[in-house]
Parts: sequence; structure tokens; C-alpha cells
Amino acid sequence: MAQKFTAKIWVLGDDIDTDIILPTEYLALKTVEDMKPYAFSPLRPELAGLIQPGDMIVAGKNFGCGSSREQAPEVVKALGISCVVAKSYARIFFRNAINNGLLLIENADLYDAGTEGDTAEVTPGKEIVYNGKTYEIASLPENLTEILEAGGLVKAMRKRNGLD
Amino acid sequence: MGQTVIEKIIGNKVGHAVKPGDIVTVPVDWCMVDDIMAPFCIKKFEEMGFTKVWDPDRVVLIYDHFLPATQIDDSRHFREADAFADKYGIKNIHRTDGICHQLMTEAGYVKPGDISFGTDSHTVTYGCVGAFATGIGYTEMAGILGTGELWIKVPESIKVEIEGALPANVTSKDVILSVIGDLTASGATYQTLEFCGSTVDNMSVASRMTMSNMAVEAGAKCGVFAPDEKTCEYCGIPYTEKEEALHADADAVYSRVLHYNAEELVPVVACPSLVDNIKPVSEVAGTKVDQVFLGSCTNGRLEDLQAAAKILKGHTIAPFLKMIVTPASRKVYRAALADGTLEILADAGCVITTPGCGLCCGRGGGILSDNEVVVATNNRNFLGRMGTSKVKIYLASPKTAAMTALTGVITEA
Repeated sequence: MAQKFTAKIWVLGDDIDTDIILPTEYLALKTVEDMKPYAFSPLRPELAGLIQPGDMIVAGKNFGCGSSREQAPEVVKALGISCVVAKSYARIFFRNAINNGLLLIENADLYDAGTEGDTAEVTPGKEIVYNGKTYEIASLPENLTEILEAGGLVKAMRKRNGLD
Repeated sequence: MGQTVIEKIIGNKVGHAVKPGDIVTVPVDWCMVDDIMAPFCIKKFEEMGFTKVWDPDRVVLIYDHFLPATQIDDSRHFREADAFADKYGIKNIHRTDGICHQLMTEAGYVKPGDISFGTDSHTVTYGCVGAFATGIGYTEMAGILGTGELWIKVPESIKVEIEGALPANVTSKDVILSVIGDLTASGATYQTLEFCGSTVDNMSVASRMTMSNMAVEAGAKCGVFAPDEKTCEYCGIPYTEKEEALHADADAVYSRVLHYNAEELVPVVACPSLVDNIKPVSEVAGTKVDQVFLGSCTNGRLEDLQAAAKILKGHTIAPFLKMIVTPASRKVYRAALADGTLEILADAGCVITTPGCGLCCGRGGGILSDNEVVVATNNRNFLGRMGTSKVKIYLASPKTAAMTALTGVITEA
């Protein structure tokens, strides 16, 4: 698992759907790099331009609900987001994020406490320290950890096919 | 211990009894790849280093989101998918036949007891025939194309029991919207919705499809109906002990049970911009509307078009309003043509479009602009879904949509 890191917080709400994370009209752009400027545009058009590599997103319940578009976690990862901490995730987004090596952390309390612009210290699989308080986080199931550790599903499959 | 429908479907496929929370690798009966996701999926498949598709006859490619193409470069998706099909021997390709989720059962692929995955979240629709079906991303689909299997966590089930006769102005769309309102947009996350009771027993398979289709709007992994004689007739197979065995046991265990009395249900809408922002139509009646959309994998079937035609017959829609009608498939289009439904809708002033996803995913004709209001029969009213992020989308039944088109303001049927 990754080492401890410090990240600046961006706060989003409940039910951040995949049409917000990346609207349909940008899904067919050729590369994820091309899609980056439009991330979160229906809700906060300026946000994609402000996010710096290493920042984190803190959100409410049901993050990533809606369509199965894998461009959603890919574009979040491409923006350099180090992790998303939400009260809960929609299941397709959760699988897609793991398959792309984007760290998702489920935590019920940080969203209610977190203020945008503050920083938090994250130790994956263990805890988040924010504003002097420690928020414990669960570790992932074994089969998901294997995919994350392989560097995503593509690399896991390449290994299976004897390529790496 | 008794088993739910979904536990039986999964258990049959893996060869042993399963319980919620078990992580199992399942063999896949059907894969559906749509036109938006095809190029991304193909790229991942090649990066993974596969040299053949595990079973080309189990793969279905469907062009619907971009059909007919509206933006430069959309047709690249068709060409890349065609080339992939040619290279790997995939013969099940639907280039102009309709919406993927309509076709996967209508064209005879998914049958009761099957396991199916698709690169679109509304893959849950196939639960209407008693199958386990759910949406996945294109990387996971690429893995299935190479291996024919996928790991899943066996979901818990929420039993949604509906008894009695629905009022004349209430459809299965109002039922599922009411359920989503009660569960909320995340209330069924990771779980199965299992629909049962006399109300759904009496529904057509088309009406059940509407409910399975929207299960994902409550976060559900699938929305399933136990297969009955009607299901088997629709699927073109005999109803045997095999299908009967998929019904839930009397002592099956559910995480939650919701019970509805059909007589008490009323026409409802999902108000902007959340699918669980459900209100009775009567509460928002009188809201001025710029456009009505009748179509999609949720409500683009013959019975939906007929319900609208019954209301619009001999009338014309409000003069300032546009009404877009998009049949879910060519088969639906032809049936509605043959029985006079399309003629009634055309006479009433509707714009009738080619079958496909069209306006529902914000790419087809009928895109709206800031502060415009649309009453739509599809499944999502998210920000920016059908135009700008300031478009107000109300999700409604075909009956509510048609009555609204007639008056120009939200109106109860």
C-alpha cells in the first residue's frame, strides 16, 4: 500500500453522479487528457482548472452514481487526485476506480467535518488525520487489494497472459 | 436456509449454494458492448494482451447512443467496433436496430437464469426476464472478452412486494419512481431489488422492463422478476420446472421488505435534478413545459407509445411545445406503424425519430437550453443530461407525458 501523504481538500456534496464528473458530450474525446478540462463542469465549471496533482476530494454519500462510464474515475485520476473520501460509493464507480488504480476511501464522518482548502494527512488502509482528529479507515477486501497492487486490472490481466 | 431469486441464479451458475457477501467468479452468458464504450474496451482488450475473444457468439455489439451520428468523429466508434468484430469473429452486431437494453431480450439473447454484463448501467433491464444482469466499466468488459468470467459479490436482496390493481392513470413507471423515492438514490446500493406480488404478476414484460431498468437509480446491482409463463412466452421458450425453480423460497432472507398497496399509488414525477426527488404530479401540476420526450430503454416500447396515442388521438399538442417520440427498437417502430399508433402521434404534432438512445443521453435531436423545462419518460434527470446544466428535467410516465404535451403544463392523466 502507498505511503502516508498530505493533500488539499476539495469538498463536493451527496449523489455526485457520473454525468457531473464527466458529461456525455465529452465521453468520446480521444484521450482522457482531452476530457480533463470538463470534469465536474455541470456543477463547478472552474474546478478542473483549480485542482492540483495530489489534491483530494471529500464528498457525501453515493459518490459516482449513475452511468457506468469508466471515463469518470479515469478523469478524476488524470487530474492527479490522490484519493476520494466519501460517505459511500455507487458500485460501478467503485469497481471502475479500483480497476484504474484510483484510491477510494469510505468514511462516514470526514465529509461533515471537512472544509475546502484545508489539508489532511492520509495513511491508506489505516487513517486520516484532519484538524487534530484521527478518522479510522477500513482496508479493502483481498481480491481488490490484489488488483490495486498489480496497478489496475489491465496489468493484472497482462500478468495472467504472461506478458509482464 | 431459503434463497432469493438472485442467489438461485448465481448458485446455479457456480454449482453450489451462495449467500450474500460471498465473492465468487461467475461464468458469463452474454456480454453487451455499446458504441460509446467500444473503442475504449477494444483498446483495453489489446493492452491486456489477449489474442482471441473467449466466445465470439456470446458477445453482442450494439450501436445506439451515437445513432445516427450527430458529431464529427462519432462514426469512428462504428468503424473501430466493426473492425474488432471482423478480426475476432463476432457476428452479433446491431447497427441500426434500436437501444441495446431493448434488443438484448427482444432479439432473443438473454433468457431466464442467465448472467449478463454490459458496458452501460441500464444493463439491469434484463432482470425483467429473471436474469442476473448489471453494468460494468470497459476495462472489466475487456477482461470478460478475454476470459469469459468476472468476480462478483453476491448481493443482498430487498423484496419489493406490490399487491392489488393499479389505478388507471398509474403505470409501472410511477411504481418504480415511488420505490426510488422511498429507497433514495443510494438506498439499494450493492443490493438486488426483487419485485413480486399480484400487481407485477399482472404486468406485461414491457412494464416490468421499466422497473428493472430503473433499479440502478436506487443504486441497485440488479432489479429482478422471477420468470413466469409471460416471461417465457416473450423469450420464446417453454415454461418448465427450470424456470419455476428460480422463484424465491418462502423462507428466503431479505435485507429489507417494502410493501405497497397498488390502489394507493398515484402518478408521480422525479423533479429536477435528482431521481429520488419524487412528488405527486398533482403537486407540480401547472408547471409550464417546453418539451416532452417519449422514448428510451425505460419507456420506448409499444405499450408506452399506445398509451400516449390513446390520450393524443384526435388532438394536437400545445402549440409552443415540441414532443419527441423515439421508439426503443425497429421492431417497436414497425409495430407502432402497423397498428396506427405512429400516425396518431404524427397527426398530433409529434416529431418521430429513429430508434436509439437519442435525447436521453443528450446527443440526439431535441437538446434543450438554460431554464427550459422537459417532461421525459427516460430514467435520469441529472444536471446537463439533456442539454445545459440549467435544463429542468421531470421524469414521468408515458401517460403523464402525453397529457402534459396536450395542455403544455404538467398535468395528471
